[in-house]
Amino acid sequence: MKKNMMVIITGAVIGLVALILVALGNPANMGFCIACFLRDSAGSCSLHSAAAVQYFRPEIVGIVLGSLVISLCFGEFRARGGSSPVTRLILGFCVMVGALMFLGCPLRMLLRVGGGDLNAVVGLVGFIAGIGVGVLALNSGFSLRRSYAQSKSEGAAFPALVSILFILTLCVPALFLFSESGPGSQHAPILASLAGGLAVGALAQRSRFCMAGGLRDTMLFRDMHLLWGSIALLVVVLAGNFILGKFKLSFAEQPVAHTDGLWNFLGMATVGWGSVLLGGCPLRQLVMAGEGDSDAAVTITGMVLGAALCHNWGLASSGNGPTANGQIAVVVCLAILLVISLCNILKGGKKA
Amino acid sequence: MTNVDARGRSCPEPLILTRKALIDNPEGITVVVDNVCSVENITRYAGHEGYEAAREEKDGEWTLKITRR
Repeated sequence: MKKNMMVIITGAVIGLVALILVALGNPANMGFCIACFLRDSAGSCSLHSAAAVQYFRPEIVGIVLGSLVISLCFGEFRARGGSSPVTRLILGFCVMVGALMFLGCPLRMLLRVGGGDLNAVVGLVGFIAGIGVGVLALNSGFSLRRSYAQSKSEGAAFPALVSILFILTLCVPALFLFSESGPGSQHAPILASLAGGLAVGALAQRSRFCMAGGLRDTMLFRDMHLLWGSIALLVVVLAGNFILGKFKLSFAEQPVAHTDGLWNFLGMATVGWGSVLLGGCPLRQLVMAGEGDSDAAVTITGMVLGAALCHNWGLASSGNGPTANGQIAVVVCLAILLVISLCNILKGGKKA
Repeated sequence: MTNVDARGRSCPEPLILTRKALIDNPEGITVVVDNVCSVENITRYAGHEGYEAAREEKDGEWTLKITRR
């Protein structure tokens, strides 16, 4: 249990920070949601025009910078990249389409489960199924091929980019859009969001916390090490919601959620499958981008692009349910994941 | 001793390559990786499976000698 302590602490702190950020103003069951926060940030930068979801989320900046600082402190910052970047961009896009069908990344899925949202339990079953398919691909020899060392400036470029955008939101806010109503208008104070992100980014870098990795390693190697982090997160959120009187067990009338079981399942199956092919969940991609991994930075760019197009093309769900365009997009993304999985299975002697 | 080159591979590929090589060579193998995360994962896996992993670092690359305990 001692070797699992760091990842358990990380999961517990993420749960605690999520509860605090909701108490300070973030939308309910959305203390942390990487997909929602990237979507809101994309909207704030005018990449989409959905007026209800536009806000540059400081949590994203905090996670990347927290990971950057702690990886520099421990000598683990390593500029690297070149492992099938365009494929990763497309995978990031598909993960976002799935997440916005369900309305949340794997992190928010657990936060929703901890708030009593039974639709998220359906999403969790889909997530596990998607990870199972990804594990099949890995066991068959799936690989996006190796990455190579890059210059330090390449590794630092993404943390620098998000820092500059964040500074611009503070100094020249007129460049950005900020929702006046809807989820985008609900947010904790900037400093609290930034501090929460920094703490989560630093801890997740040290512990390698990953929502997809826990289930994947349990299926692949019967190794529950990372899964303990997700379990700790769920326990803390459940306890917190009970204490605060916010636990409500139901399918209907859950915050920023819909009740269409099939599409909740398929949305999260897309996220699970895509995350396994990418080597980590959306939170892990942000953390790796902070450590100097430019492939993870490209993946996040794909997610931002996905978020923007999801709203511009009417693919994202709302509390009223999924859209017909969104359903077509999820099926197309599942087909893309299948093609990418099959095209990247390396046979016996083939070198990565 | 069989040498596995897992440098530059995404998580969890280094571990999958290690597991496959250990099935083919149960007496032990050598694995080369270039990130701490993979060093931790492979060391933990080796421990679970009754092996021990001796590590040696040089220029940001780790050579793990995995042998029966």
